[in-house]
Amino acid sequence: MSEKKFSKKHEWVSLDGDTATVGITKHATEMLGDIVFVEVPEPGKSVEKDSQAAVVESTKAASDVYSPISGEILEGNKSIVDDPGNVNSDPEGASWFFKIKVKDKSEFDTLMNKADYDKFCAENPS
Amino acid sequence: MEKTALYNFHKNLGAKFVAFAGYEMPIQYKDGIVKEHISTRQTAGFFDVSHMGQLFISGSKSLEQNLEKIIPLDFKEIKINQSKYSFLINDKGGVIDDLIITRVEGGFNIILNAACKDNDIKEIAKCLDSDSKYELKKDLSLLALQGPKSETILEAIIPGTKQLKFMNGDYFKFQGKKIYVTRSGYTGEDGFEISLSNTNAENFTKLLSSKGAKPIGLGARDTLRLEAGLCLYGHELNQDISPIQANLKWAISKRRREEGGFKGWENIQNDLKNGVSKIRVGIKPSGKIIAREGTKIFSSSGDEIGVVTSGTFGPSVNAPVAMGYIQSKFSEIDNKILLEVRGKKYDAVVSKLPFYKKSYVK
Repeated sequence: MSEKKFSKKHEWVSLDGDTATVGITKHATEMLGDIVFVEVPEPGKSVEKDSQAAVVESTKAASDVYSPISGEILEGNKSIVDDPGNVNSDPEGASWFFKIKVKDKSEFDTLMNKADYDKFCAENPS
Repeated sequence: MEKTALYNFHKNLGAKFVAFAGYEMPIQYKDGIVKEHISTRQTAGFFDVSHMGQLFISGSKSLEQNLEKIIPLDFKEIKINQSKYSFLINDKGGVIDDLIITRVEGGFNIILNAACKDNDIKEIAKCLDSDSKYELKKDLSLLALQGPKSETILEAIIPGTKQLKFMNGDYFKFQGKKIYVTRSGYTGEDGFEISLSNTNAENFTKLLSSKGAKPIGLGARDTLRLEAGLCLYGHELNQDISPIQANLKWAISKRRREEGGFKGWENIQNDLKNGVSKIRVGIKPSGKIIAREGTKIFSSSGDEIGVVTSGTFGPSVNAPVAMGYIQSKFSEIDNKILLEVRGKKYDAVVSKLPFYKKSYVK
């Protein structure tokens, strides 16, 4: 499993062979607050980089989750659909959103590393 | 942007702020909306609602008659220190604002919504004689203490308050100063609203906190009122919605429903006599889907029949809840409807209100 990379829309990605795992960052969950609804994509769906792939809703509002990488959806995480609150407790671990068969691994390299992402968050508070 | 007297206090508690009706208000504290909601239902929470208008009106004999032109209550029925929920009505029978009015010595206290208060005062002033006086009390803060432990907590700080009955108030003393306490609130819980000087607000709130009440932001205030089936101005209520459509007929006094004599009476009388074409209902989505404000409502045969005005996840109901307006013929409880969320239609039913019920102290 590779190191995690991060998008400006607050998703994380890790790569294992040509399978990427995507979730939302701890920072994202802190901005959203209590997560009460999650919708994940169906296997087989193809997604483009930066296109909408999942939905997350907090008590406050609904937000789209974008795929930071292009490819075909292999699996959506049903456990967070059943228990959306798990996203708050373990956003960058067990509460991943979907796994995707990556089309172009070079897209992964364009994403931020942890240090750059932390800097990005500090410079763009919301 | 205005700040309440408790702004720094909220900040020190780790509040996240949002702009609301021209004020910087806490939307949540460190606990977050769900925990704050549950704390209120299980123990007690305090809310800074000082952004709301506290209007004091005094005047001669004609005052009550004049207020009856714009507020559809039977003022003769309002006893001293008694509070009533009602609204300001416009010429078309629409709601200018919803309010709580309390008869106090020498006049009335009216609690108005923050976003509406300046316009409300203009509308009320149009109905008053020159001998009436009115003042928006900017020197006063307003705190709500809500939840089952409210009585014990407040009694420990202000002895005597536990004697108050629901929708009744009285003057008490706090640190040598006169304060006004009513037993009321907007969460579906037992609780109190405390009006006191800005200079005393922080001391008082610290005492509430030290007795175990938790700070609650606007986020949980919204989920609490929605579970309790209570209207929020600008969502369930506006200038184009009549109280009859809003299913608030009960907030128009019996005599006034028969005699009228207030603005917009012609339309309200028509609504009362002939029924309304659309009405406010509770809505329960069948799954976990949340239907936010603006979600379109369809009949089971696919016709568009209404729109959601508030929708969220109800932490105590542990399910999504919503309110909205639908064509009256579809408004029967348990009637199956469809909600269109992100282009897909989801099953839901018309639900009785409130979604969550606690008994008030009467």
